[in-house]
Amino acid sequence: MSEKMAQTAAGAGSDFDRLTLDWYIDKLVQALVFIGGISAIVFIIGIFVFISREGFGFLLGEFNFKEFFFSPNWRPTSETKETFGILALVAGTASVTGLAMLIAIPFSLGAAIFIAEFASGKTREFLKITVELLAAIPSVVWGFIGLAIMNPIIIETFDVPVGLNVLNAGVILGLMAAPIMTSIAEDALNAVPDPYREAAEAMGATRWQVIYKVVLPAAKNGLLGAVLLGVGRGFGETMAVLMATGHSINIPTSVFDSVRALTATIAAELGETAAGSPHYQALFTIGIFLFVITFIINLAADLVVRGVKKG
Amino acid sequence: MNNTTGSQDAGLAIHTEKLNLWYGTFQALFDVDLKIKQGIITSMIGPSGCGKSTFLRSVNRINERLGYVRITGAIDVMGENIYAPGVELVQVRKQIGMVFQRPNPLPISIRENVLFGHRIHNAATKTSKSEADDIVEGALKTVLLWDKVKDRLDTKATGLSLEEQQKLCIARLLPVKPGVLLMDEPCSALDPKGTEAVEELIWELRGQYTILIVTHNMAQARRASEECIFMLMGKVVEHSDTGKMFVTPENKETSDYIEGRYG
Ligand SMILES: Nc1ncnc2c1ncn2[C@@H]1O[C@H](COP(=O)(O)OP(=O)(O)OP(=O)(O)O)[C@@H](O)[C@H]1O
Ligand SMILES: [Mg+2]
Repeated sequence: MSEKMAQTAAGAGSDFDRLTLDWYIDKLVQALVFIGGISAIVFIIGIFVFISREGFGFLLGEFNFKEFFFSPNWRPTSETKETFGILALVAGTASVTGLAMLIAIPFSLGAAIFIAEFASGKTREFLKITVELLAAIPSVVWGFIGLAIMNPIIIETFDVPVGLNVLNAGVILGLMAAPIMTSIAEDALNAVPDPYREAAEAMGATRWQVIYKVVLPAAKNGLLGAVLLGVGRGFGETMAVLMATGHSINIPTSVFDSVRALTATIAAELGETAAGSPHYQALFTIGIFLFVITFIINLAADLVVRGVKKG
Repeated sequence: MNNTTGSQDAGLAIHTEKLNLWYGTFQALFDVDLKIKQGIITSMIGPSGCGKSTFLRSVNRINERLGYVRITGAIDVMGENIYAPGVELVQVRKQIGMVFQRPNPLPISIRENVLFGHRIHNAATKTSKSEADDIVEGALKTVLLWDKVKDRLDTKATGLSLEEQQKLCIARLLPVKPGVLLMDEPCSALDPKGTEAVEELIWELRGQYTILIVTHNMAQARRASEECIFMLMGKVVEHSDTGKMFVTPENKETSDYIEGRYG
């Protein structure tokens, strides 16, 4: 028996190193996929290296940790003394993002629950497509809505002198982040296996009880991931906040104060600085800061979403 | 109470008359007339696709969540028409517990799984911690699971073995004291040892609950039930004492199936 097997194996041996066309195609595709995968990483590292290098001079020279993070004065072009404090900018970004999340979280969770758990058939398809369309609206359009529509409305309704402020940008950013959050939250709800719902319903739970006692807890990580992604989006958004915040440096004390965001500062000022000047480098340092923050948020979102599949 | 089967027979747990069911345009049940007695174990056998699950699911009314199911005829449970217009689904499902083919504990703690039904049906009154503890202990002891899990009641139920999960799925029905337990192939996802354990448990519950159990396992039907129903292509072919059905079946189809000449 074993002799016979050995013979067969030996007989086939001559064929073992024969390479077919399929083998080459397989190798080629593998190589292409590898290059594609690796290049994404290379680009990200490249971008980070570039930003770091541009900002490095500042970090090593003029950079003053205390001033940079704790001074509300961003006066990069002052004649007497240039100050590079980003506290007010951070406050601007944080207040706008915070308000945006206050608006986007209930909206997007509500929409996701409706689409995933209640809507069916045509309604559901229609809503899903609508949400995806909304997610595709370019941010400059949102900025324009803030500038041209929200601005006068806010001035009228609240009787304030300017309508370009935290409220305006928060609402705009909230509406902007809601569709993508809805989409991800809906995926999270759809990932909850149906037998869970069936089991709960068979025990007499109502639709709503099924949702808040079973579906939401089961989808909790995915939903948290959706929220974190929304926060990341808000942090990194530039155009819309540039247009809707009023772009004035301020630590806001009410939603009617104009503010300025980190991203908008870079966008607005980079073009006017001399390459290599302290101002230029300071802007790149803000870039590094944003990069690190968004990276942390996205990483957290990713870890949280992945947690859902394990647990 | 219009449109009941007419018999207020106290001895009947489930009584259907001329029950027809359609999934969309496909008819899955044809004129099913069944009288299932209280307090005993009735098994339901028949080839795949003959409508066993469909029948069970319409007794718990869980079929309705599909949205395209239509029913004619009557189903009385404990003498009450569960399809009467004023009937509350929640109450129906409290009376009629269901165990599924694949164990489906909820992705929450063992303790919360056991208390799930209880909390739903006693939403108005607050259950004290000690009451809850008693309920959990009682239910888990009944299903012979207490000793195994008593030290990890707060861990996720989905981490238990399949056998333990299925026992838990039975345990969580008990706190609301259902009259009827419907079990759809409760052992088919289990290994022989788990099957034996769950079968033993079902036998233990005999008398306290009316049990209707679907099985593909002839030996199980024979061992574990007092009456037996044989279905074929959406119709009831035979319903008699298990002993009698397995020794002297009335119909040729029944004997063919029992002797393994069907799929
Ligand atoms: N959700 C559904 N939609 C449409 N048809 C269905 C649905 N569920 C079951 N059916 C059909 O109804 C018939 C009866 O199915 P059912 O699941 O009740 O059979 P069963 O006796 O439980 O079979 P098995 O032993 O395989 O579990 C089958 O022909 C099946 O294809
Ligand atoms: Mg079935």
